[in-house]
Parts: sequence; structure tokens; C-alpha cells
Amino acid sequence: MDRWHRCYVLNYFFHSQLALGVAECAVAALLALAVMLLARRRAPGLLKELPIAEIRGIVQIVAVGAILAFMLRGPEWTSVLVLAGMMLAAASIVRKRAKRIPRAFALALIAICAGAGAVLAIMIVFGVIPLKITMLVPVGSMVIANTMNTQSLFLDRLRGEVISHVGEVESALALGASPDAAVLPYLNAAFRACLIPSVDNIRSLGIVWIPGIMAGMVLSGASPLFAALYQFVVLTTIFSASALACFVSSLLVTRRIFTFQEQLLLR
Amino acid sequence: MLSCSQLGRTLPPPEARTLLSDVSFSLERGEVIAVVGPSGAGKSTLLRLLNRLDEPTSGEVLLNGADTRTLTPRELRRRIGMVMQRAYLFPGTVAENVSFGPKQRERAISSDEINALLTHVGLEGYGMRDALTLSGGEAQRVAITRALANEPEVLLLDEPTSALDETARHGVEMLLELLIRERHLTCVWVTHSIEQARTMADKVLSIEAGRITGYGSVAQVLRA
Repeated sequence: MDRWHRCYVLNYFFHSQLALGVAECAVAALLALAVMLLARRRAPGLLKELPIAEIRGIVQIVAVGAILAFMLRGPEWTSVLVLAGMMLAAASIVRKRAKRIPRAFALALIAICAGAGAVLAIMIVFGVIPLKITMLVPVGSMVIANTMNTQSLFLDRLRGEVISHVGEVESALALGASPDAAVLPYLNAAFRACLIPSVDNIRSLGIVWIPGIMAGMVLSGASPLFAALYQFVVLTTIFSASALACFVSSLLVTRRIFTFQEQLLLR
Repeated sequence: MLSCSQLGRTLPPPEARTLLSDVSFSLERGEVIAVVGPSGAGKSTLLRLLNRLDEPTSGEVLLNGADTRTLTPRELRRRIGMVMQRAYLFPGTVAENVSFGPKQRERAISSDEINALLTHVGLEGYGMRDALTLSGGEAQRVAITRALANEPEVLLLDEPTSALDETARHGVEMLLELLIRERHLTCVWVTHSIEQARTMADKVLSIEAGRITGYGSVAQVLRA
């Protein structure tokens, strides 16, 4: 433990790293409860929800930590299994967002695998992301999680656009347009909208936010300059994976929102 | 030219509601049939079954004697055009809207042809106007022109004047009457107006609650 660490109050009482970690969690959890107690009149329900959410959160993240600790001793390929599991979970979350789009789970799974999977594979081949569990799992999870969010946004926006333009879509069909041509403006609008957060993240890098991975790298002793460059790598990788996933999704989604006889299902 | 027999549509479960059943009629080239009936009777559903925007669950539609299911939906919809209650113009210019149909089958329509069509519907010089800034009546004229640019053999009209104000309605009705007479269009015209049916139609089909309540000449069905 370094010297500046010792000036914290907790360090007088806890000396092992694990005990210190538990104590830190307790402080953070109690602070959140205290804030909600202060603001209890705004949302009494939230005050009851918070302890449950906190317990759930800590159990989940500790479980992940334990699995990671276990995996660190295992072979490197197990990280691929973990990432595959994350992709499955991500697709099932997207499916819940993509209400009324038939067979959305398969659509999301294909898109996420194609987007996040392909981009991660390319980065591994180039050696940008090392094939080490300690790097691949956290960076891969960030890429998959962001791809998942973008997928949800894309499908949600597309459904909204099409439902609010049923007349235009059916007018185009009635003029002999293909389903792809009929929904093209709405596919493009959804594609653009769902990638705005990713582009803005790259644009605002360093000015508005210094994301976790850079802070983590600096804390664990990497040079701040290298950490900064790597942060850019992670964010642009996230953008590539999200954009590729949405592109794949945009190619496949038309077949799901129209029947074989080219009739609009989202009405 | 166009006929259908025992045409019907029942929604799939869980709703399983019958929207239309046992509708049969036939139409010669150049004839106009008026489809009348109260709101929710199934008039729009009938039109959507004719150009297959919805799938019939019973019966068949014949275009020039051939079952429409043997055509691709795109070919069918090119040959059976449709004008809806509202214009639903696409963002872009009026000319882009008019050329949309021909462009779908990679057929170029010249700006002279577009101008001639627009002049014919009383919108001379409107080609480069932004389609989304037009008044209701103008927009509906563009929608009619857009459908005609596809050179359809049959035109389906789904109460094309019901969303317009009195003046615009009169203008669009006059235009449709003119076009039908001049071009000998074969039309299935859904209308609320008995008067319109009397003046324009050769035949009348009256529907209530998804079933035919009258079919025949104007004199037979609208004698009341």
C-alpha cells in the first residue's frame, strides 16, 4: 500500500486489501442511502428500492470478480466463452427493447456477433487488444455493451419512425416500391440517430469525460499518455462495432417487418 | 378487367375478427364502381385486398383473367394504383414524388412528361416545389399524379377527398371526374357521398359490417 493511501480514515482501521474494499463499499452504499433519505419526499419508492438494488449490484459484481479471479488462472480461450455469453445476454436485452419486431433475438444476436465479434477479432489480429483475459474481457465487455445499446436504440427508433409513417411506407408500396425502398428514409434516420452518442463520445473525449478505462490504467501505473491514446482506441472500436452491427441489422430487419408478400407488419 | 370472388379477410388469432367476407364483383375496362357503406364497414379493407397491401384469407382477385397471386406484389401494385385518404407525399420536390413510381422499375420519366402530367391536374410549374409545403388539395392532386405516372390499369380511390376542406374537395372531385372521363380509367372508388356515386359510377357495391348489402347498377342499388 502506498503512502498517500494511508492518510484516509479507513486505513487506520482496515489493513487487508479485501477488508478495505468492503469498508469502501459500505461507505459508498451508506452515502447513497443518506442522499435518498434526504430527498425521500421526491420519491419514497426509490428509497425502498435502493437497498435492494445495492445488494443486487454488489452480489453481481463480486460474482464477476470471483469468476475473473478464477479465470485468470485458466487458459486464455475461456475469455472467448465469456464474451460469447455476454453477446447472448446482450441479444436477449435488445429483444426486450425491440417489441413488435418479429424474431428480434436472432436479428440482434447476428448483428452483435457480426459487429462486436468482427471488430474485436480484427483488433486482436492487429494486436491492439491483447489476447489476455485481463484485457480482452473488460474491453470486450465495453464493446459488446455499447453495441447492445446502439442496437436497442436503432430498433426502437426504426419501429417508432415506421409506425409514425405507415401512410408514407404503404404509399410507397402501393406505387410498386420494394420494402427496402419503402423504409429507406426511416432506416437511414434510425441509423444516424443511434450512432450519435458514439460519435459524440469520441468528439467529447477528454473535454467532457475521462472514461473509466483511462482512469483505471493510470491508477494501475500506465503512462497517462499511453492511457489517453488507448482510450481513443477503445472508443473508436466501440463506434466501429456499433456501426457495423447496425448496418448488418439494417440489412436484415426489413425481412422481419414485412411479410413475404411485401405487406407491412408494423401497423 | 378486374374481378374478385368470395374475397375475404379474417385477422389471425388472438383477434380472429372477420373484416370482410364473401365479396364478389366484376369490372369492365373503363368502368367505375363506387363502394359505399358506413365507417368501419370494410371498404378500405376491400381496396387493400385488391392491391394486396393486406393478404386475403379467402377468395381470389383476377386482373385480366389472371389470379393476382401469380404476379409479384410490386408488379401487381404498379398495375393497380392507389390514392389514399391523405396524400402522404414523400420529402423532396413534387417532381421527385411524381417520378417515384417509374423509378422503382428503373424507368426514367422525363421532366417534360412530369410537367405535362402536372399541367393536366392544374399544377403547372409545381415540379420544383417542396412537396411538404403544399396545401391539402394541392398535395392530393400530386398524389393522384404520382399514381397516374405509373400508368396503372386500375385505380383504387380510398375516399380521396374526405380529408379536404369544402373548396379543395370540390376541385379534386372535378379533377377526378375529368381524368376518369378523359382517360377512361377503370376505378374502384370508395366514397361517403351518394351524390358522387350517382354522378361518377357505373356500378355500386354497398357493404355493411364486412358483407355485401347491395351490388348492381347505380339505379338498382341507389334507388332509394
